[in-house]
Amino acid sequence: MSSVAVQLNDIAKSFGPVKALAGLTLEIKEGELVALLGPSGCGKTTALRALAGLQDLDRGQILVGGKDITFQAANHRGMGMVFQAYSLFPHMSAQENVEYGLKLKAHKVSAEDRRKKSSELLELVGLSTHAGHYPHQMSGGQQQRVALARALAIEPKVLLLDEPLSALDAKVRIQLRDEIRRIQLEVGTTTLFVTHDQEEALGIADRVGVMRDGVLQQIAVPQELYDRPTSAFVAEFVGLTNPIRGTVSGSTVSILGSQIATLPGSVTSGEGTALVRPESIRVEADPSGSAKVVTSSFLGSVCRSIVDLADGTRITAQSASSQASVLRAGTSVRVTLDTPAVFVKSL
Amino acid sequence: MSQLTQEAITGSAARGSGYRAWRRVTPYFGVLPFLTLATLFLLWPTISVMTGAFQDSKGHFTFTSVHDVWTSSTHLAIFKNTLLLSGETALIGAILGALLSYAVATGKPDGILRRIWVSATGVLAQFGGVMLAFGFVATFGFNGFITTFVKSFAPHSFFANPSWLYGITGLAFVYCFFQIPLMFIVFLPAIDNLRPNWREASDSLGGSTWEYWRRVGIPVLTPSFLGSSLLLFANAFSAYATAASLISQGSIITPLEISGSLSSETGLANAATAKALSFGMVAVVVVVMALYTLLRRKVSKWEKS
Repeated sequence: MSSVAVQLNDIAKSFGPVKALAGLTLEIKEGELVALLGPSGCGKTTALRALAGLQDLDRGQILVGGKDITFQAANHRGMGMVFQAYSLFPHMSAQENVEYGLKLKAHKVSAEDRRKKSSELLELVGLSTHAGHYPHQMSGGQQQRVALARALAIEPKVLLLDEPLSALDAKVRIQLRDEIRRIQLEVGTTTLFVTHDQEEALGIADRVGVMRDGVLQQIAVPQELYDRPTSAFVAEFVGLTNPIRGTVSGSTVSILGSQIATLPGSVTSGEGTALVRPESIRVEADPSGSAKVVTSSFLGSVCRSIVDLADGTRITAQSASSQASVLRAGTSVRVTLDTPAVFVKSL
Repeated sequence: MSQLTQEAITGSAARGSGYRAWRRVTPYFGVLPFLTLATLFLLWPTISVMTGAFQDSKGHFTFTSVHDVWTSSTHLAIFKNTLLLSGETALIGAILGALLSYAVATGKPDGILRRIWVSATGVLAQFGGVMLAFGFVATFGFNGFITTFVKSFAPHSFFANPSWLYGITGLAFVYCFFQIPLMFIVFLPAIDNLRPNWREASDSLGGSTWEYWRRVGIPVLTPSFLGSSLLLFANAFSAYATAASLISQGSIITPLEISGSLSSETGLANAATAKALSFGMVAVVVVVMALYTLLRRKVSKWEKS
């Protein structure tokens, strides 16, 4: 991961009065997997389609490997794409689908090389035994694996994944997400992954970009994005937060009797709402505590409790699963914070 | 006491199984009207024709009618005419109807043009018969307005002499009037089923427009196209009213010949000949429908993916 492979410079696109992209700027390094995350209509798919050449732009520039491809046709861009909806050609077997790109004039190779390459890729995606199967004979997960192999067959400059897991059930989604990451690391292809699922984005990407209203709000490695959001939108969109009222003074906020550092971008004085992660809240049974447990759920590895504070604020806290038996409904508890910094937005 | 209880349980179970059997049967009542209709107007006439073709006037089994009809050069020539007419109009209707479907499908899915065109073709596809024949006679017939108009400045041109309208050429021309709309109706769903992301996948993999159509679009549409063409063939093959209205003298296609054999003005009516001719038509339609079913099965598999 060194040189910049993809650059989107101030790209914009409107559909009538709707601004899908409003000056998006993004850089993806060679071999990096970047996930674009955001709510529906934030412009993430438009950005990916623009990079693929399937969407023209009103403004801006797209560079791949330093070359301006803004006005290049999609079939000359050398991008491999996996779509949200199943897109395998229905009249071709898995192997024929994978070989499709290699039969085209743009990437034509001999029949023998084609067969060898498609077999290797089917092996890579774990479907070597399904080479002769047609799409209607395969599950959704298998079809998406074949679509991934088909996209990789042409050795694309950039691999574009447009919510490839959203049509799959939860178990297959997690499996395939890990598979995609394994394959991407193995092949080393620069990849742009678009999703609205934060867990998916955080779990697969080297860096995650959060989009809203056609612009990038923040792009960072998953841990940083989660721990150090630079806006209230990112803090609230990525993971769960508890809005807790506090008083800000300079770069600290006073909440729940603790002085906590505020993150850059937070309000700097007066009253504000601190956005605190559930796992940053410590709940301990204490007969003299002013807070009360409303409900507590055992979730396997963790225990999630809903707690009413003395001022009536209701918060969600997450603690070790061993606490589940202690934190029963109605238990009096003491609530403290265990986090180095929080984001504080204005009231 | 225990015996009474046992009887009550057994009785209840028996009633339960009867109820379950009733529940299993009741959904089939909904199919009864269809089965009645199919039996009365499809199955019974077909069986009647099939058996009648092998019976003499006294109801005895014989091959005579079938043998006589299918070894007669006249009957065979007319049958060949019918096949050619059906084939030609199916081909023309299929190609033009398919192009029309594509043109409409590439427009807005809920656009006014599409809505009007779909409604119009629904009517036009069923517009055969006396009205259609009259329309063509009034337009291209001996005193048709186009004929009269063309005669005034080009008396030796093709349209100035409308005798073509009353032969196979005329029938083919008139049949296209309902064949093209029918193709449009049956082929439009196939075009609509071409997923945009197949095209986009092909583009992103480096495919040109031609490569997409050659390797994906045309192969995916081929079974639907052939299936629709077969429907058009069967439609033309069994058309009677339009031809009967247009051609009052002579039997140039088998349906007219069957009609002539059943009700001859010259006292040559022969129901056995009519049934033997119908037998041939039924055989052709059965083959066409079997092929259509095979093609549909292939397409429906693709639609599942």
